Amino acid sequence: MKPLLEVEQLVKHYGAHTAVDGVDLRLMPGQALAVVGESGSGKTTTARLVTGLETSDAGRITLGGAPPPGPRARRAERLAHARRVQLVFQDPYTSLDPRQKIGDAVAEVLALHGPLRGAALEARRDELLTRVGLDARQAGSRPRALSGGQRQRAAIARALAVEPDLLVLDEAVAALDVSVQAQIVDLLARIREQRPIAYLFITHDLGIVPFLCEDVVVMRGGRIVESGRSRDVLTAPRDPYTRALVDSVPRPGWKPARQPARQPARQPERKAVTP
Amino acid sequence: MTTLRLAAAVRGPGRTGPRGRPVPLLAGAVVALVVLAAALAPLIAPHDPNAVDPLAVSLPPGAAHWLGTDDTGRDIASRLLYGARPSLLAPLAVTLAAGTIGTALAVSAAWLGGWWDRLVTAALDLVFGFPGLVLAVVGAALFGAGLPVAVATLTIAYLPYVARVVRGSALRERHLPYVAALRMLGLGGARACLRHLLPNLAPLVLVQTATAFGYTLLDTAAFSFIGLGAQPPTAEWGLMVAQGAPGLLAGRPEQALAAGGAIVLFTVACGLLGTALSQRLAGDRT
Repeated sequence: MKPLLEVEQLVKHYGAHTAVDGVDLRLMPGQALAVVGESGSGKTTTARLVTGLETSDAGRITLGGAPPPGPRARRAERLAHARRVQLVFQDPYTSLDPRQKIGDAVAEVLALHGPLRGAALEARRDELLTRVGLDARQAGSRPRALSGGQRQRAAIARALAVEPDLLVLDEAVAALDVSVQAQIVDLLARIREQRPIAYLFITHDLGIVPFLCEDVVVMRGGRIVESGRSRDVLTAPRDPYTRALVDSVPRPGWKPARQPARQPARQPERKAVTP
Repeated sequence: MTTLRLAAAVRGPGRTGPRGRPVPLLAGAVVALVVLAAALAPLIAPHDPNAVDPLAVSLPPGAAHWLGTDDTGRDIASRLLYGARPSLLAPLAVTLAAGTIGTALAVSAAWLGGWWDRLVTAALDLVFGFPGLVLAVVGAALFGAGLPVAVATLTIAYLPYVARVVRGSALRERHLPYVAALRMLGLGGARACLRHLLPNLAPLVLVQTATAFGYTLLDTAAFSFIGLGAQPPTAEWGLMVAQGAPGLLAGRPEQALAAGGAIVLFTVACGLLGTALSQRLAGDRT
């Protein structure tokens, strides 16, 4: 079986700061891979590069056999890429058009990507909303009338309307209450049971990873420091940084260490700036 | 009861309740009344605004002439009512043109970025450095005095007022995740701009143009006052102030005061409406 996503030696600089520094990833169709790390570890930049929202400075990304299209790509190329990968953003409050009803948001995508029109389109729209746990009657609601969890469900429904091969979830539950986080993670797990879809789950919260992903890579300072099966990495981490991350996951009886167990973050390498 | 008192205290003293918005309501009433008067001028004006009556020159206010007559015997009240038409239509044309062109320039600059954004920004900064009056003088020197030239030069002068603010908001809006999500979903730039970015910017454009409307009315009146705008015998408020100015010293201030008062009243009402709209807009996005 061919990999769905192949990332080789990916590099991204922002000025003198190296956000992603030689990252390699490989994701098979239907596989769920978590990318974990603290803030500034380069995981979100990796997600944006994979989805084509940013362009890399070096390295190669192949998604479904093709590289992400550039900003001036043609319509057919854009639509084909959209069917390969979709992104669910961290902030459900800004990832939906505030003036568009959520039903219209889903319907717009359905009309853009398929032949459905009229009653058939409305039925499919309602089916998608119901599938993510929303009431079809909420199709007429604007985002501000919904809670954070409901908005994230609407954003997931909109992404699923394209029927993508890969769903990149960029800290998709980080902005939600803990109880709502659990509901969304449960929803994502159920969606995977219903149809084959790969997840690239970007998170800083290791506690969620085993519920959704079989595999995990740990990033630090733009590089991958450890990778493997989730249960192996979480139960027997090899890298000291991964161990520190695992130790920081709250559990019954857990107390914060008096001295932080983890090492100080590696300073990003700075390029020499000539005057 | 306590809840009601608390709610009233939070709302503030009589400004935001259903019946507690006297200022925007009053401003809206003034604007509506003036627009209605302009529209119904032929029906409600007691006299022909340009009819000269040598036997009724400089009459004081009375039953036949509510605001008296000017120095050629024309009825001031009728000229005030008819004068509302060019006095409102010229600034309306300016704000519509500046709003449309300014928004198109601002959104395209924010969306496309690069050399187009730099060119538009530099051009707007250049225009911003020129006072509208200087542009009007240049326009009048090149194409002759008159309302159409005044409208054209004021449109250019007001472009930066709309475009700079809209560009800033369009840039902020463009970098919100929902725009990136739309691109990810396969929407083209034009569709994302027209169907999503513009509707989100529309309230801001409305506020900017509503506020600018009052100022453009003031400016077109000023152009007419110095002879670069409406030309005699047109009934227009700025021109009426100029024609009534000698009366201020001669003890017959009715014409200048009536036309000047109408300009001030309408400009202030537009400003207050613009402020109320922007406050409403700030509440709408939360």
